[in-house]
Amino acid sequence: MIRIENLTKSFGAKNAVDNVSFSVERGEVLGFLGPNGAGKSTTMRMITGFLPPTAGSVSVGGFDVVEAPLEAKRLIGYLPESAPSYPDMSVRGFLAFAAEMRGLHGDAGKRAVARVVDLCFLSSVLHQSIDTLSKGYRHRTCLAQALIHDPEVLVLDEPTDGLDPNQKHEVRNLIRDMGRSKAVIFSTHILEEVDAACTRAIIIDRGRIVANGTPAELRAKSEIAGAITLQLAGAPDAAAKLAALPCARKVETLGAQLRAYPKDAAAAAELARSVIELVSREGWKLEALHTEEGQLDEVFRRITLPDTVKR
Amino acid sequence: MNRAASHVKTIAKRELSSYFASPVAYVFLVIFLLLNGFFTFTAGQFFERGEASLAAFFGWHPWLYLVLVPAVGMRLWSEERRSGTLELLLTLPISPWEAILGKFLASWIFLALALALTFPVVITVNWLGEPDNGQILAGYFGSLMLAGVYLAITCMTSALTRNQVIAFILSVAACLFLILAGFNPVTDLFTRWASPAVVETIAAFSVVTHYDGFQKGVIDSRDLLFFASVIGFALFATAVILRNRRSA
Repeated sequence: MIRIENLTKSFGAKNAVDNVSFSVERGEVLGFLGPNGAGKSTTMRMITGFLPPTAGSVSVGGFDVVEAPLEAKRLIGYLPESAPSYPDMSVRGFLAFAAEMRGLHGDAGKRAVARVVDLCFLSSVLHQSIDTLSKGYRHRTCLAQALIHDPEVLVLDEPTDGLDPNQKHEVRNLIRDMGRSKAVIFSTHILEEVDAACTRAIIIDRGRIVANGTPAELRAKSEIAGAITLQLAGAPDAAAKLAALPCARKVETLGAQLRAYPKDAAAAAELARSVIELVSREGWKLEALHTEEGQLDEVFRRITLPDTVKR
Repeated sequence: MNRAASHVKTIAKRELSSYFASPVAYVFLVIFLLLNGFFTFTAGQFFERGEASLAAFFGWHPWLYLVLVPAVGMRLWSEERRSGTLELLLTLPISPWEAILGKFLASWIFLALALALTFPVVITVNWLGEPDNGQILAGYFGSLMLAGVYLAITCMTSALTRNQVIAFILSVAACLFLILAGFNPVTDLFTRWASPAVVETIAAFSVVTHYDGFQKGVIDSRDLLFFASVIGFALFATAVILRNRRSA
């Protein structure tokens, strides 16, 4: 549904987005990760046709965003970064406006408003003016606007920003449900959201894609992925013996626990087998044992530069 | 085409209702009417003139609008840029023209409403004497066109910045130029270094020259064309500015 080819956007000499290519199909939820200023919002603004690309192309549902903007925009529901809305309007008025602009008049408009009000839990503030709402409600009002025409493509720029943990949870579930029938792309810097809602994630840094895969694939890039953590009663020589295993790179002592790291990603399964064999051969009393899955935040930190580093 | 008209209407309706959702509309209407009364009856010496016409009323409009029209129009695009709603508006499946036209028309309709509320002055002059009501109608029409010119210029400056104050000052300056272009002290300034043809051209840009025709009761197609083309040009410039912006 969304196809991005060699997309570049430069502001003066600086490339905010640099030769980015990816695509999102129906049924996919793509998490768009990256530090602040990495080019996430700029990319999304080009997808939605708000900013013209400097080079490269974006097509949505087969329509080029620059050449056939109206056809492409009709397919898209967009939640911009700061979730803007017209503060002097009521929630209902704002959503009715959005519906009318999407060609939903009369009864169809009323039904569309009722549907998104329900979906985004807005019924209690329906008649309130938007400037009197809390940030969470304002955010959901703008999200409701993006869903009003039941779009095939959803572009959500930080959809959970400023929400409380319960609201975050609801919105993530909403995104995951939407993803079954739509193509969804959303940006975030909350890594747990990737696990909660995404089928695939892209990490972007300084305008370039630095990682692209399923959450599990990304986690596997973590240093800790495949490491075996175990807790033993007694066995003072365990650390040395674990370190002597040919498939172990190093062994770490974490309080009462020991953690053995595999030599490389391919050695993970072998390491697990050898550790269990070793435990039974030595007759150690095993109290706990598990395989580490890898941590997204560690991967994220390793492949992106913090924005405190001068570029 | 039908779809475009519906978009323009929806945007205009939203814009117009946002004037009345805040005190802006009411403050504006009251001040507009008060100032009109003051200029017509006190500064314009309506009674002392001893003639049944609204010359004293219309004569002040180029100056009155100079401040009031930019005040009405300055938020049109600046506010959208500042609050980020520009991003919503321009990612809707509409052409930027529909948004530009919808917003312009909303403000113009609002100004037309303000102008219509000056009807007591027409009643007064009709009660006191026998004015030429055709001339008065032409005067109103010219006044509305003049407001449209100022408003279109304000649209343009408003699209330039997210700061309403800057938009206001720029549009006052631009409109002031359009008033002064025909004034002798200004044309004299240009005659020192420009050829008479250039001076003539600059003077032809003065809205006052074109506005005066309407006040004499003459709707000249040249004056009309002048006003329409300034409005068209300013709105076109608005579209260019919006297309070339870098961000919200």
